[in-house]
Amino acid sequence: MGSKKAALNSLLYVFLIFLAVLFLSPVFIVLINSFKTKFNIISNPFELPNENTFAGLQNYINGISSSGILSAFLRSLFITVAAVSVLVVCCAMTAWYIVRVKSKLTKILYYLFVFSMIVPFQMVMYTMTYTVTKLHLNNLLGIVFIYLGFGAGLCVFMMSGFIRSIPSEIEEAAQIDGCSPIQAFFLVVFPVLKPTAITVSILNAMWIWNDFLLPYLVLGTKNKTMPVAIQLAMQGAYGSVDWGGFMAMLVFSIIPIIIFYAFCQKYIIDGVAAGAVKG
Amino acid sequence: MKNNLKKYFPIFVLPTFVAFCVSFIVPFIMGLYLSFTKFTTVENAQWVGLENYIKAFTADDSFIHALWFTVKFTVVSVISVNIFAFFLALLLTRKIKGTNTFRTIFFMPNLIGGIVLGYIWNLIINGVLAFFGADITFDAKYGFWGLVILMNWQMIGYMMVVYIASLQNIPRELLEASQIDGASPLQTLTYIKIPMVMPAVTICTFLTLSNSFKLFDQNLALTAGAPANETEMLALNIFNTFYSRTGWQGVGQAKAVIFFILVALIAFIQLKITSKREVSE
Repeated sequence: MGSKKAALNSLLYVFLIFLAVLFLSPVFIVLINSFKTKFNIISNPFELPNENTFAGLQNYINGISSSGILSAFLRSLFITVAAVSVLVVCCAMTAWYIVRVKSKLTKILYYLFVFSMIVPFQMVMYTMTYTVTKLHLNNLLGIVFIYLGFGAGLCVFMMSGFIRSIPSEIEEAAQIDGCSPIQAFFLVVFPVLKPTAITVSILNAMWIWNDFLLPYLVLGTKNKTMPVAIQLAMQGAYGSVDWGGFMAMLVFSIIPIIIFYAFCQKYIIDGVAAGAVKG
Repeated sequence: MKNNLKKYFPIFVLPTFVAFCVSFIVPFIMGLYLSFTKFTTVENAQWVGLENYIKAFTADDSFIHALWFTVKFTVVSVISVNIFAFFLALLLTRKIKGTNTFRTIFFMPNLIGGIVLGYIWNLIINGVLAFFGADITFDAKYGFWGLVILMNWQMIGYMMVVYIASLQNIPRELLEASQIDGASPLQTLTYIKIPMVMPAVTICTFLTLSNSFKLFDQNLALTAGAPANETEMLALNIFNTFYSRTGWQGVGQAKAVIFFILVALIAFIQLKITSKREVSE
């Protein structure tokens, strides 16, 4: 019985390791191709580089210098960090107000936010681009503001769900002791919201970092973010793609995600699972 | 006390609300209105009634084709992703070492953005098809199965995490009791594990459903609709109607409204199913 179980377990390991290799191989294939000369990539992407096809770091030099990917990286980083911070703080405040002040207005607001979650982006993309351009929000600071509007639905929904589960006595005591609502919020309420704030941050960071269409429409080709830079490198080339440089760009865009994942793995997985259940 | 907070509306709610209006409420209402007009820029809109809605279906069959392609893709993805994800979750909830490492690896593709995912699989699928002297643009079925494989690679880890959380929430006494009563592993699975994770099945089904139905980035990067828009999904069809054909913006907006209604319908059904279960429990 025991040996049968051990045999079954080692079989299971073999299978899981096989699957893990299968799951990692696409990224690995991109990585090896980023070290091959550009004419030896699409002809056989599964071949390891050899002395004839090894390109060293040439692809990275070409890819980074010609595509503006470095400034795209910094832009994406700025937008993601700024938008997530603004979203978490503003939506936590809004959610607290909506939950604690019970009126017709807050009820309507809550349902509007929830409603926005089910509307696909295509419904508003054309008119949103128009409105935003008219208001001169088509720049790096403007897009942070737009992300606040688009992210508000999910954020307010998740935050208010959490706030409803915490008792209001402590906040009230703080206000009786002379705290203004602003002080009460930042000193008493906000620290309690930490778990939801982490979940909301992770979900939004993943969305904003990888978002293509919104920055493409709002910022255009001048202020490229990472996904826009990658799409344009392919779309704008019309058949004469520098595959070597392109592979280097792909690797360059995956590395920050892997590093971030390595450090916050537990938070990310738990956050996504929690987001799935609530969202 | 409560009135005290009420006065703080401008500080607590206004910034979020203004942003919400500018990027969502106003464009949404404008979008509804413009779907009944003909326009090339928003300023020159002329009321045409239901013409755009009729045109969306009758001017060419691209929209209906995209709708069917999307539905087929969604059905295949929802079934395959959830079966694989549940199967992996079962394996990783057995008492063996190293499950966390495997969980981390299987979840990883979910973090990579749609555009990058699309180009990774474009390279691989074209590489495989090159052995047969073809590439992904030769036949719509290559693009279809390419999208299905991509979707599985991206979503399995995510759904697996949700299923694992749900499986770990099954009370241990229940599983022990079934063992004492002599239930076989298969019986434990069908009579205890599967019924107990049904809420997670609903969540995962609808998550994959709406993600597959609204797929855009991956579609654009993997095939961009090739060959001849045969692998064009709904979201991409709407995008192309807006931005590749002058004078068709109104039709694009009408298609977007139909798309919104379909997505809202899916969400509504999910809400009904979830609330019904909560009542019956």
